[in-house]
Amino acid sequence: MSRPKLMLWATRAGLLYIALGITFGALILFHKGIPYAPTLWLLLPAHMDLMLIGGMTQFAFGIAFGILPRFRTEPRRGNVKLAWAALILLNLGVWLVALSPYLGFNAGTALLAGRALEAAGALAFLLHAWPRVRPVVITVPKAKKVA
Amino acid sequence: MPKLTRWYIKLSLVYLVLALLVAAILASRTLWTLPPVLAALSPVYFHLFMVGWVSELIIGVVFWLFPTYSPERKRGNETLAWAVFWILNGGLLLRIFSEPMLGRASWAGGLLAASAVLQWVAGMLFVYITWGRVRPPRRRQKA
Repeated sequence: MSRPKLMLWATRAGLLYIALGITFGALILFHKGIPYAPTLWLLLPAHMDLMLIGGMTQFAFGIAFGILPRFRTEPRRGNVKLAWAALILLNLGVWLVALSPYLGFNAGTALLAGRALEAAGALAFLLHAWPRVRPVVITVPKAKKVA
Repeated sequence: MPKLTRWYIKLSLVYLVLALLVAAILASRTLWTLPPVLAALSPVYFHLFMVGWVSELIIGVVFWLFPTYSPERKRGNETLAWAVFWILNGGLLLRIFSEPMLGRASWAGGLLAASAVLQWVAGMLFVYITWGRVRPPRRRQKA
């Protein structure tokens, strides 16, 4: 696989989450300085999860998927399905946690389920990345003899 | 390593030291009674760490190592990249000074709101200038 599609998706999704997370954070901080909408504090869990899990963690997963050492034989990036599963679980978890304050009596359950999905996503990425975290063997091509 | 990356990395290390000093001050609450201004430093500590240290280190390295934008403008719009540096740090410094003074000084609320706007603008600009560099690396053409 010469074009790591997952790397691009994860990195771009990470950037989008960062944009959304910063927007929520800025709304809360502005309100803290000049109060105008007290309900904005409900965005605090979303701000934290979008920045730390959806943004930075997903960004790091994307980069790691692209640059960790590859195997000599196919599949060169190891178990790619596990990496995709990690991204899907992580994203489902982030959205559940972010929306949990708005789910009324289901808020606690949604928060717990969201955190569990995030943990499952992290575990899936660990299982994907573990065998790729190893020393890189560099083979130097033999020099041609000059006649 | 480009000059902007050097500035980011050095400044992020300064923020790390500051964050850990603030953490030490906060930890001293268990031994002594702190003035209210110092006791209100928890959000400042967290954002010194996450924005000043972690995010600025990442931004600096991204600017340095991500695939080039184009053969002519390798790192994209460098003027905008420098603008992100100044706006982000301006916003963070405003927060550090205004947030503990909230409710104690009349100017603090306005400065905190301004800090929110500055950090938001910096974040959007960072996403904008980085977006074009998130792609597979260019293949080197053989001569």
